[in-house]
Amino acid sequence: MSVNESKSVTIPLVPPRPGDPEITPEVVTEHGLSKDEYERICRIMGRTPTFTELGVFSAMWSEHCGYKNSKRLLQLLPTEAPWVIQGPGENAGVIDVGEGYAVAFKIESHNHPSAVEPYQGAATGVGGILRDVFTMGARPIAVLDSLRFGDLDSARVRYLFGGVVNGVGDYGNCVGIPNIGGEVAFDRGYEGNPIVNAMCIGLMKKEDLITASASGVGNTLMAVGARTGRDGIHGATFASEELSEDSDEASRPQVQVGDPFTEKLLLEASLELISSGSITGIQDMGAAGITSSAAEMAGRAGNGVEIDVARVPVREPNMTPYEILLSESQERMLVVATKGHEDEVHRILEKWELEAEVIGEVTADGRFRVLENQLVVADIPALPLTEGCPTYEREGIEADEVRKLREMDLAEHLIPQGDLTKAFLLLLASPNVASKRWIYHQYDTTVRTSTAVRPGGDSGVVRIRGTERAIAATTDCNGRFVYLDPRQGAMIAVAEAARNLVCSGAMPTAITNNLNFGNPLKEHIYYQFREAVLGMADACKAFETPVTGGNVSFYNETDGKAIYPTPVIGMVGLIENISHILPHSFQSEGDDIVLLGENTAEIGGAEYLYVTAGLVAGFPPKVDLAHERQLQRAVLAMIQENELQSAHDCSEGGLACALAECALGNGESAFGVNVELDDALAPVESLFAESQGRIVVSCNPDRTQNVIRIAMDHGVPARKIGTVKDGEQSFHVTVASGQIRAELSELHDAYFGAIPAIMDPPVSSEQ
Amino acid sequence: MRVGVITFPGSNCDYDLYKAAQQIGANVEFIWHRQKNLDGYDAVMLPGGFSYGDYLRAGAIAQISPVMEEVSRFAANGGPVLGICNGFQILCEAGLLPGALVRNASLHFESKDIHVLVEQTDTLFTNKYENGQILRIPIAHAEGNYEANEQLLEELEDDGRVVFRYVSSDGELSKEANPNGSRNNIAGLTNKSGNVLGMMPHPERAMEDILGSVDGVGVFLSLATNLSTAGI
Repeated sequence: MSVNESKSVTIPLVPPRPGDPEITPEVVTEHGLSKDEYERICRIMGRTPTFTELGVFSAMWSEHCGYKNSKRLLQLLPTEAPWVIQGPGENAGVIDVGEGYAVAFKIESHNHPSAVEPYQGAATGVGGILRDVFTMGARPIAVLDSLRFGDLDSARVRYLFGGVVNGVGDYGNCVGIPNIGGEVAFDRGYEGNPIVNAMCIGLMKKEDLITASASGVGNTLMAVGARTGRDGIHGATFASEELSEDSDEASRPQVQVGDPFTEKLLLEASLELISSGSITGIQDMGAAGITSSAAEMAGRAGNGVEIDVARVPVREPNMTPYEILLSESQERMLVVATKGHEDEVHRILEKWELEAEVIGEVTADGRFRVLENQLVVADIPALPLTEGCPTYEREGIEADEVRKLREMDLAEHLIPQGDLTKAFLLLLASPNVASKRWIYHQYDTTVRTSTAVRPGGDSGVVRIRGTERAIAATTDCNGRFVYLDPRQGAMIAVAEAARNLVCSGAMPTAITNNLNFGNPLKEHIYYQFREAVLGMADACKAFETPVTGGNVSFYNETDGKAIYPTPVIGMVGLIENISHILPHSFQSEGDDIVLLGENTAEIGGAEYLYVTAGLVAGFPPKVDLAHERQLQRAVLAMIQENELQSAHDCSEGGLACALAECALGNGESAFGVNVELDDALAPVESLFAESQGRIVVSCNPDRTQNVIRIAMDHGVPARKIGTVKDGEQSFHVTVASGQIRAELSELHDAYFGAIPAIMDPPVSSEQ
Repeated sequence: MRVGVITFPGSNCDYDLYKAAQQIGANVEFIWHRQKNLDGYDAVMLPGGFSYGDYLRAGAIAQISPVMEEVSRFAANGGPVLGICNGFQILCEAGLLPGALVRNASLHFESKDIHVLVEQTDTLFTNKYENGQILRIPIAHAEGNYEANEQLLEELEDDGRVVFRYVSSDGELSKEANPNGSRNNIAGLTNKSGNVLGMMPHPERAMEDILGSVDGVGVFLSLATNLSTAGI
């Protein structure tokens, strides 16, 4: 081994490995690298790379690992606040939640694998995000999932939806992490490309924080957990391409297979390793496997690494260095053991019936060097590998068709076809509005005995045992709004997430984002991305909710058609006293119903248009960030003063559907509703527009004055709109020139029956 | 009361069970599945989860874990054994309880609050409940569909060994109230001598108001009281 402490002047020559393909322009293209990028690699190397080296660069410089088309814009996002302990760049972001505790959290996409193999694609998505969190030293305490599919009238979509839900459920259930929420949307815009984003939240004592850094020259690199196989080779590069009709069969070998049982053992073993003090760094072998985990850990510490692939435990014989380095086999970790503590690592892993093998060491020469037995097969400067990926800022131009859709005259749609009650029940039974119980009844929501608010409300809440504190979390994004106006849409996503948290009694603290977009090389996609990032940056600044990490998923296109731009916001909030946790549904007959915020004439982008006219059109509602901030403060002040019985955000389906959700609760007992709206608006607008900045609260009538006063003090419009009735009464909402009147049983059947009616009995795979 | 909570690889409710037993004042310890000695424990609990990933069949691999021979001996000597969810499945696989738990009739994992009727209050685990009391407790399982042949069912019913039965919130015994298709709506049962209880619902998840129900406390309180009355 030649170690050169100073900057290397001699270029290490690595002869081609017998049997490896020759590097041709075609091979370079297949690796997703442009001619310019390849030339840059040759300059960095000072020579032609070997096939193995090309594979390593291809993975590290893929969009997935290198963020080449997103990095420059992402730098515009706020990332700091006094409570942020770890911002972007690590496995997960970390915030201080008080009393010596910290919370690690992150969201990640598994869209491409799920489009090809929904069960395994979704399951391994959950597995990966759990590892990102427990490798920070935190024990996972909650999972959320944010999903998008095409319309459920397609058998293929039902197959994808059923498979994804099953995969998310089986993995999280087996590891024993409660699912506390998320969101699901159905729209033809996601027909070929489902969105599967999984978020995990972990809890730790602040002093247990560990980072993924290969520090300490001479320390030992160990591969821990499952063996390395041929599955998922080049998954990171695959995730950076568009899908086509042929993707199905051809890409299946690039989808990994999950083993949640091994994950559970790995979780326990990792936390034990971290608390044993025998390791200095740990990282999941996620996208791009050993390559990215080793290179990134070296990069963060400014060191080098030397790995002998012949020492990596493999599942099958005759794997090449290329395959071992790029395999994305699941449930594997790279651990940096403090020199001399290898036996301790072995002992802990053995207890958990897992394997650990020494595969290399941390070096001082800043090289990413790979051996196969004694033979060097790759020798690359580590820093350019992790940091030298070219980044691009591109031209972005809005697509004409989107502008036309946005500017479409919607006047004719303000006149309801038939009566309002019928439209209302249709809307309530739309899978986008209807109860998602069919999904979360397949997820364990109560394991770990800390779930205070289960899925189905505005946000999920888990308490921190031994304190009075709790963590609330939500994921949000309305892709239609982002499609019609990316900047507004992204602001709305952040605003809605914050409203969801305050409705549960939590102060919004920080976000993780999952930016799902089409091909950024297309001008109109890059436009969407740029505008969305700018909108998100504005909203995060206004709400003091910095971004602590996330994930970018480009190339969500099938046969050239992109998904709606979908920047999913995963937001975490803090509840300082569990007595402040608030339900979303009405609690007592006779309570007053108060609307905070105002109804507006903004039907654009609403679910009503999609359900009644199949339209995604119009200007999405405007969001006033200053008003949103005041609204958040007002609701939290009301909760502090124990004025409220319930609080619920108005979103898909508008005020009418929000009221129905408040009335129906979890379906076990329902309340009648009597509401009168006197807005000078078309009935459709009052009832179904998805205007921003509105929250429906209920309170004891002797508190109504206080509630309205607190709202006014914050400059938030507030008025009593009606009363909660007993469960024998109907659901009755009147507007200036019409009304909705329906029995609670009709609401119940529409809301709770819609998705089961489509999905049960379970569908088989038909294509 | 000294309680041992057995951890198999893949158990994930061991900590919850530990906390529940601790809440009613027990001195609780985790027992790793390789341990071959249960001396000194007054009660043994098998937690929920996915021992060995439920690979092969739920509980099938865990039942040959080293500790299970000891659990059988402990039970044969009259020691109280409580198996919840995966613990129940393991007890059935080990032959400590009769019958089998097969795939839910819905073919889905079922996670929600259900109601059970307490049918027997003269057991070690239930005498703090009222006879006929209805409990609201979470379930979370894919294989909780209790299956037994007619002869066994008759025997269980005649001997009064069905301790918990799925009912509606107002106590009605119905198909709709049965979340997994169990024969006779059986949610929990004991062995012949009454010292081994298996149940699919999770009483350890219904111990505090913040979790939505305190109806599970009775299981642990009954056990603690009975053991302390017995001078333990």
